[in-house]
Order: sequence, then C-alpha cells, then structure tokens
Amino acid sequence: MPKSEIVIRLGGEGGEGVISTGDIFTLASARTGYHVFTFRTYPAEIKGGHAWYQVRVGPRPVLSMGDQVDVLVAFNLEAYEKHKHLLNKEEGVLIYDPDEVTPEPHPKTVLYPIPFNRIARQDLNFVRGKNVVVTGVLAGLFGLDPSSLTGFITQRYKRRAELLDQNLKALEAGITYALKNLTKADPYYLTPTERVGRLVMSGNDAIVAGALTAGCRFYAGYPITPASEILELMAQTLPRIGGVSFQAEDEMAAIGSVLGASFAGVKAMTATSGPGLSLMTEFMGWSGMAEVPCVIVDAQRAGPSTGMPTKLEQGDLNHALFGGHGEFPRIVIAPGSVEDAFWQIINAFNLAEKYQVPVIFLSDQSLSHRTESLLKPDLSKVQVVDRLRPDEEALENGYQRFAITETGVSPMAVPGTPGGMYVAPGLEHDEKGHVDNPLASHEKMVPKRFRKLETLQKELEAPPRYGASDARIGVIGWGSTEGAIREAVERCVAKGIKVAAIHPKVLNPLPEKYIEEFIRSVDTVIVPEVNYTGQFARYLRSIFGIPVVRINKWGGLPFTAGEIQRKIEEVANGR
Amino acid sequence: MVVSTMPLTAKDYKSEVKPTWCPGCGDFAVLSATFKALADLQLRPEQVVVVSGIGCSSRIPYFCNTYGIHSLHGRALPMATGIKLARPDLTVLAMGGDGDLFSIGAGHFPHAARRNLDILVVCMDNQTYGLTKAQYSPTSFVGHKSKSSPYGTVEWPMNPVLLALAAGASWVARGYSGRPKQLQELIVEGVRHRGFAFLNVQSPCTEFHNTYNYYDARVQDIPKDHDPTDYLSAVRLALPQEKTLLGVFYRSERPVYEEQVRAFEKVKVEFDPDEFLSRYG
Repeated sequence: MPKSEIVIRLGGEGGEGVISTGDIFTLASARTGYHVFTFRTYPAEIKGGHAWYQVRVGPRPVLSMGDQVDVLVAFNLEAYEKHKHLLNKEEGVLIYDPDEVTPEPHPKTVLYPIPFNRIARQDLNFVRGKNVVVTGVLAGLFGLDPSSLTGFITQRYKRRAELLDQNLKALEAGITYALKNLTKADPYYLTPTERVGRLVMSGNDAIVAGALTAGCRFYAGYPITPASEILELMAQTLPRIGGVSFQAEDEMAAIGSVLGASFAGVKAMTATSGPGLSLMTEFMGWSGMAEVPCVIVDAQRAGPSTGMPTKLEQGDLNHALFGGHGEFPRIVIAPGSVEDAFWQIINAFNLAEKYQVPVIFLSDQSLSHRTESLLKPDLSKVQVVDRLRPDEEALENGYQRFAITETGVSPMAVPGTPGGMYVAPGLEHDEKGHVDNPLASHEKMVPKRFRKLETLQKELEAPPRYGASDARIGVIGWGSTEGAIREAVERCVAKGIKVAAIHPKVLNPLPEKYIEEFIRSVDTVIVPEVNYTGQFARYLRSIFGIPVVRINKWGGLPFTAGEIQRKIEEVANGR
Repeated sequence: MVVSTMPLTAKDYKSEVKPTWCPGCGDFAVLSATFKALADLQLRPEQVVVVSGIGCSSRIPYFCNTYGIHSLHGRALPMATGIKLARPDLTVLAMGGDGDLFSIGAGHFPHAARRNLDILVVCMDNQTYGLTKAQYSPTSFVGHKSKSSPYGTVEWPMNPVLLALAAGASWVARGYSGRPKQLQELIVEGVRHRGFAFLNVQSPCTEFHNTYNYYDARVQDIPKDHDPTDYLSAVRLALPQEKTLLGVFYRSERPVYEEQVRAFEKVKVEFDPDEFLSRYG
C-alpha cells in the first residue's frame, strides 16, 4: 500500500551538505502541501565530525521526529554504521553511495545504491553539488514535484548565475538518475496534495517573529550555540524597523544593556544558552530587585560547563527557577513547539511588562533548531501589553516609583518624564527608591515584589488537558517534549489505556490549582524530561508532595514518542 | 506636569538624599562639579541619566535629582550602553570608582570606548577600596600597603588614561578633586564632546588612602603647547610622569556609535508581522 508518511534520516560528514539537503527537501515537501517536523544535530566543529538530519513528512500534522527511520540516506560508512539499527524492520529503504558503503545483507530493506560522489565529480564536475544530487534522487524516488525544488534553488542562488546553473543541473542529474536507474521497490510516495499555505520555521525564527510582534525593539546578545540565529535575525531586522540589535562583549553586557534599554522605556530581550545564562544570573537578581522588565531566552543545551553545545538537554530548569542569590520574583515560560514559541514569547513580553520582572524563556537545542510546518498564526489574536506608567497626579505629588499596591505592580516612569526622576536600585529601598532604611524597607518590599507573582498566579488559565477523560495515569511535561508526549498519549489512548496529559507553559508561577486538580484525578503521575536528575519531577514533588514516575533521557537527543509510549504502557501494565 | 522655564541652577540637580561619603572625601568635589556643569549646560534633569556600579563613589546617582541607575559591581557601562542605544536623546553619565570600572568592570571599558558611544564616563579614582574598607585597588601604586596587601602590593598599576587612549576613547582627560573649578569645566567639555569621553579624577579617600598632600604637591596642568588632537603626543603625556598632569589629553572626532547603529532611522518602516511571517511560506 502506498504510504505518504515518511521518516527520512540523512547522515554524513559535517560540512558535506547533509543539513542543506535535509532543509531543501523539507521546504519542498512543505510547499507541496505536506506537514513536516525536523531534527538536526551536527558536531560543534565547523567542518568534520558526524552530522545528521531527520525529517518526518506526512499528510497530517506531525508532532514529533518519529520512532524509526523509514529511509536512511548514508553519505558515508559512518552514517550507515551509526543509524542502520534504526531502520524500519519491515519497510525500510537504504540509499547509499556504493563507493563508500558496502551494506550487510538486509533481507527486508530496499537498497538503492547511488554513486553520489561520482555523479557530482565526474558527470557534473561539481563536487559540492552532491547534496543537490541527493535531493534530486529523493525527489525522483518519492515523486516530489520538481518545480517546488527548482523554485527553491532558483530563489537561493538568484544572484549567482553560475552556481544557479550548476545546482539546477545537479538536481536534474539526481532526478534523472532515480527515474532511469532505480526500480521503485518501496511503498513511499510524496505526490502533490492540496496546497495549503503553510510556513516552515525554526524555533529561533518563531521566537524572533513573536518578540518583534510583541514590540521588542532592543536586542542584545553574545554569539552562542544554539541561540546565535536569534542574534543574526535580529541584527538583520531591527535596524530597519526603528530598533537596535547589539552584539555585546559578553553575556553580562548583553543583559546589562537590555536592562538599560528597558529602563529607558524600550521593550528588550536577550538570548543565550546555559553558559550565558550562568553569566546573566547576577542581572536576573537586579532585574527582580529594581523591577526593570526583561526577557531572557535560554536555548538550553547539554551541560554542565561547555557540555555538548549542539546537543539537547532540558538541564537549566533549576537555574531558571532558582538561580541567583537572594529571593526575587521571576517568571519562567517554556514553549512546546515552534508555533507555540511564537505565542509564548509574546506572552513572555506581556508578562514581563505587566509585572516588571525578568522572564526566562526556556527553549532548547531541539526546539530552537528544528523546523516545523505551521499555518500562519492568526495575528488578529495577538494582544500586546505595555507597562504601567504613572499618571499626571502621581508625578505632581511626590512620585513613588515603588509604591506599595495591591497587585504588587507600581507605575514606572521612563527617563524624559518630568517629575518621574528616580534611581533604579540594586540595594533594598523604600517606595521612593531611597536606600537609607533597609531593614524596614526589606520587611515590606519583599512581599510587595512577590505579590506580583501571586497576582499573576490567579490569572493563569488551566493548561489544556487531553487524552482519556477517565484517565488513571497522568502525564505532565514541559517544554519542547510536548509533541512527542502528545503522540505517545494519543497512541496509548487508541490502545485503550486510560491516560491523559497536561503541558503547562508558565512554569513559575505554576497554575497550581489546576495542576493539583489534574494530579488528584489520576492514580499515577509520569513526568518525562530530557535530563538526568528529573528537575521538573522534583519541582512538582516539592510543591504537591506527590510521588512521580520519572522518564529521563540525557543522551543529547530528543524523546521519540515510542520511548514515552513504552513507559506509559509499563505503568498501565503495573510494572 | 508643568515644567519651569527658569534657568536651571546647580541645586536643581541636587536630590533630597544626603551623601553617605566621609567628610573630606574627594567625591564631594566631583558631585558638586557635576551639578554646576549640568547647570552650565542647562540640561533638563529628566533628560539626564546617571548610571553607576558599586562602591563608595557609585552611590552618586542617589544624590542627583536626575534619572539614575545604581547597577551591579562593574556593570555601569553595559547599562549606559543600553540606555544610550535605546534613547539617544538622553544625556548619559556613567560614574564610578577605579575598582568598579577597572577591576571587576574592566572587561566592558575598552568596548564602550572603541564603539564611541556618546557618553561621559567619570572615574573617581581613589586608588583603594573604600566601601569594603581599605584593600588595594587596580590603580594602587606598587608597594601600597593596605589590609589586603600588608607587605605592599606587587602589582603594576592600571593607567586609566593610557588605557582609554589605547582602547579608542575619543576624548580623554584627567582632573583632581582638589581643583573643583577645572573639574567642572572638564565635565562640561566631556558632556559636550560627541563621542566616548573619559575623565579620570584623582579623588582622594580621606579615610583609607589620603592622597591630598601627594597630589597637591604633584599636580600640574598639561603644557599649554600640547595639541590634544595629536594622538601620539597624548599617549606620551599619559605615560607615567613625575608630575600628575591635569586637563584634556586627547580630543578627536569620530562617528558616534548610536548614530551608525541607527543608520536606517530616516528610512525605517513599521514592523509588519504578516510580511515577516510570509517570508517563511
């Protein structure tokens, strides 16, 4: 039976075009109406080392990267050795260069030996065109509309006529080779479907799009994997829309300038990864103390220290929740998907501005770098919140920057406003910002600042629950694992297992009331997360005092739905 | 709010907060010179932001009736950078001590200088740590005995003026708390200068490292024949000398950072989320 849901994995030497082949193929698939979800990982070196790219393509929304590999494209022997065990046992396809790889017998696998290197080098005299040859082969083999590919390549090389010509020839060579020399023996077809105008974006793209939509007009950052694309896209976009993008000398300067800009009245953000977050921690406390809003994106990667810069770990939750000396309010938000990243970063700005606190936004290597297809977000649903400013009366009558209020939020004057002069202090201070009576001030100002989180907590909505209404097993996840968890839960429900799940996005403060309701409604709580120590599981335990079944993975790669599914099944079977 | 149109005087910049400094502290002279300089410049107090880090001298924003930031130890310059980039209309003064600017914050100084932001940085250099009570600082002379260098420091001191010149500051000067009138004039000139202006003030700490006598005997104006646009000559004067030279070492014109960063300002367009998202279609 023909199948149009395919998981394709491409593996090879870093720098030889594995990632670009995957990207071109993904975009072309999306343009012909398919849903896509990618994962990529490459070595931290610029060239060399093993890189691989996985794309899952399907006619229905794709939630995760897929369990097994239907089509493995091995650019070299290492790729074959590394990934062959993941090949679909029943209907797998192996595409390889026979000059590089001599596969062992695969009784049920369809083998397509294709001399990519020879085609590129000898037939085309264009060694670097190998990736486009491979793209052509995939298109020819699976029936992908060639016009979507030529269109994409033309766009990419439109200013470089010679390269454009070479690439188009390489594409043609790949397609022709597949059609002439290969006998189709696999069940996979990506024939054009109804074309829907979907976007293909990475998590980092979505973060920038959402931040700018929310009104961010100042960005500062220091290059770091996997957050650098945010800096690059901001540097390209902000100067033309009246904003500023600033490459700082280090992460302390990045967050410092963000807070300076925010103090001056401009919505501001920085993005980094774990090592940078460590350096920004002193300013997180200042932001909480001086009540100057900011948004800090942490695209988490495997730590500690320099760790594995290009690999995934949800390892910074503890730091986001508790990092820093002393006690100060902060909001922690973690998006679940690329589309969610767009909406949640808007939420992050709105909450930062509304409550005048630091907001830490936890993306990760998987989410920041993966691409997903999505319908263009409905922009009529965007709501933008600005910070509270003092009115004329407050400015006339001895303005109090840190006035004690019921919500904890005090009107904030921006420089240039007559009568609003105050000092944003890192020292404990009274309502006017004076620092000369710290004991009395601390007594009243700590609760004042934390009241902002209490106010917010009352406004938080219930995280949507999905799965069986009479569930006995409850799954609570956070961050980029949302799709894999949802897919696992849906499969289990289809098998009759009574399981349901929630995936809160605001992690501090938690919507405790609703999470408690959910916990009470089930017998067992499972918490999957990509880290070793179970940071979210421990956090939930500390608040709700309940035992949880942990699923942890710390190998630098995302969960597959199958991994979570198996654990849910084990729990359902009483193991 | 109704804004007075009367000419501003020094006391318009003075806040209701009483300085916490010890009697005789050199920083009083800097504060008072700053008030007078701002009055000379007739800058609206609400258009001025005084940014500092941590240390005795970094308390200065509290004493000014302007906007202010009392930031973290060493981080005045990053915050000043953010303010100036976001709001070029504001006058930004970054003020602090030698420990703040040249020890913990030293990593930021050369970058702010080379970028040529239009701000004035004033270092109140007392060559000691006052707030933590008498440890040696990065500008303490070799042999300086302090609580943390009981046998005398063995570290070669930082030369802030020379460092500023090396890093690319476009206006560099030195003042002395014992010469308040000159200090006032230097602050006026530093604020007026278009670009990164650095003023190092020898500001004695009467409590832990009283250098009034030392400097009274050694300060001398930069020779009248010095051409401040001559970089090499400025560097030569900044090298250690028998006398402590006061005045403007260097002055040059270079494009200002925030203007270059905002080069598209005149042709900017409104951000259009729909158009931005469509690029991914």
